[in-house]
Amino acid sequence: MNLRAVWAIYRVEMARAFRTVLQSIISPVISTSLYFVVFGSAIGSRITEIDGISYGAFIVPGLIMLSLLTQSISNASFAIYFPKFVGSIYELLSAPVSYLEIVIAYVGGAATKSIILGLIILATASLFVPLHIEHPFWMIGFLVLTAVTFSLFGFIIGIWAKSFEQLQLVPLLIVTPLTFLGGSFYSIHMLPGIWKTITLFNPVVYLISGFRWSFYGKADVSVGVSLGMTLVFLAVCIAIVAWIFKTGYRLRN
Amino acid sequence: MPSILSISGVSKTYATGFTALKEVNLDIQRGEIFALLGPNGAGKTTLISIVCGIVNRSTGTVTVDGHDISKDYRAARSLIGLVPQELTIDAFESVWATVNYSRGLFGKPANHGFVEKVLRDLSLWDKKDAKAITLSGGMKRRLMIAKALSHEPRILFLDEPTAGVDVELRQDMWEMVRRLREDGVTIILTTHYIEEAEAMADRVGVINRGEIILVENKAELMRKLGRKRLVLELRNPLTAIPESFSRYALELSPDGGQLTYTYDNQAERPGVASLIRDLEASGIQFRDIDTQNSSLEEIFVNLVRREP
Repeated sequence: MNLRAVWAIYRVEMARAFRTVLQSIISPVISTSLYFVVFGSAIGSRITEIDGISYGAFIVPGLIMLSLLTQSISNASFAIYFPKFVGSIYELLSAPVSYLEIVIAYVGGAATKSIILGLIILATASLFVPLHIEHPFWMIGFLVLTAVTFSLFGFIIGIWAKSFEQLQLVPLLIVTPLTFLGGSFYSIHMLPGIWKTITLFNPVVYLISGFRWSFYGKADVSVGVSLGMTLVFLAVCIAIVAWIFKTGYRLRN
Repeated sequence: MPSILSISGVSKTYATGFTALKEVNLDIQRGEIFALLGPNGAGKTTLISIVCGIVNRSTGTVTVDGHDISKDYRAARSLIGLVPQELTIDAFESVWATVNYSRGLFGKPANHGFVEKVLRDLSLWDKKDAKAITLSGGMKRRLMIAKALSHEPRILFLDEPTAGVDVELRQDMWEMVRRLREDGVTIILTTHYIEEAEAMADRVGVINRGEIILVENKAELMRKLGRKRLVLELRNPLTAIPESFSRYALELSPDGGQLTYTYDNQAERPGVASLIRDLEASGIQFRDIDTQNSSLEEIFVNLVRREP
């Protein structure tokens, strides 16, 4: 295993986050605070609590997931797309590194950044609402698992994308709507009849539900199903990445 | 000399159906400077990219110092440094960071002393903290070389190293290549410029339309292919070339003001001196004189024409 290469890539990825600290860290914190102000105050004044949890506290896991998903995807997709775009990918392809090492380094870097970000948002949220984490081990578990899974997903998008437009396409048109409709700001039990069933096809529901359970011990769907769905998505992403590397898809002609 | 790089039966057909390489066989000897010449689209970069692991080959085998580039890719790639044609650098990284990154990527332990030496040798040391984006084109080219040398490769590929590079940097680069060769590094460079091959290479390979059409010792190739042109700017235009000059391969420009003599500069009697003497004797005066080497393109035309 070429651990030095893994470390070299990982370090560059982390350095990029600190170099663009405004974009990487501060802007998600500001937007999360705005969600609190707008959703927490405007809607929170009408919905005081859900499942016995104050509305402000209820939306915290959803907000963290929202940022975790979007940031994991954008970090990882950009990290691999950028060298492709400027052409410096030649160095990675000509280096004595295995595909596994490339994935560990890039996905590890992207996941680390979004986990740090998730924790910063958690800290920011604690300034607005009193927080209670019932299952800290599972909270960290869901955080890490989701960050890794969606960083892998971002990595796939970064390899697939041929333009900056394509790079934005999946996060904007699929992930963001699914996250908003995945119960970030409400319980799916509040949805009318058929929508309650339809929403179960949204994978993000399971992520948010499981994550919220780790905070408050209450979930829209059973935590076992949440964990299972997350692992299934992780397995799908790993399979796609393995296929990409086996075929050289959009990397090696 | 034993070969350090062995390319055998390598073909490449892209998904579009375009065949970039056809059954290429090539052996590069340890410690030599090998120039791969060819026009645009001849397959030079594809061949290099296959050896370096950037492009998958369709058929054939490649071994680097006995290591198969697929089965034993780590050992093979560790030996190779690549300076690609285009200036492709992460623009926001510092020179120091990007060169150390390259070293790490190739699995070498950090060695700041060595990286400092590489940067000093390439006159980049005082720019070590500058971001790549702030460097001039020439500096960026040096940085690409520094990255390629950071892991102490035994084979260095230079893909069009002097395209768009000023004279000073070109000289520096040639000097650097010679120094590397003295250290035992094998160098493979691609170029359009025959002068470059002439100045540097031990052997020259010519590739055209995906096929290696010739591999030759440089001196031999120059002898076979080197043609020069003597261009005379006439003081008074001529209407036609006088009959008495029919033994010379002369061409008159349409306006009659320029006379061009093409000759073999390796010939024992290239005929330049006698031509000038004859011109003087005939009262044809000229106000300027210039000689030009045949360009690679012309050599190509000749070479391809000679092909059956």
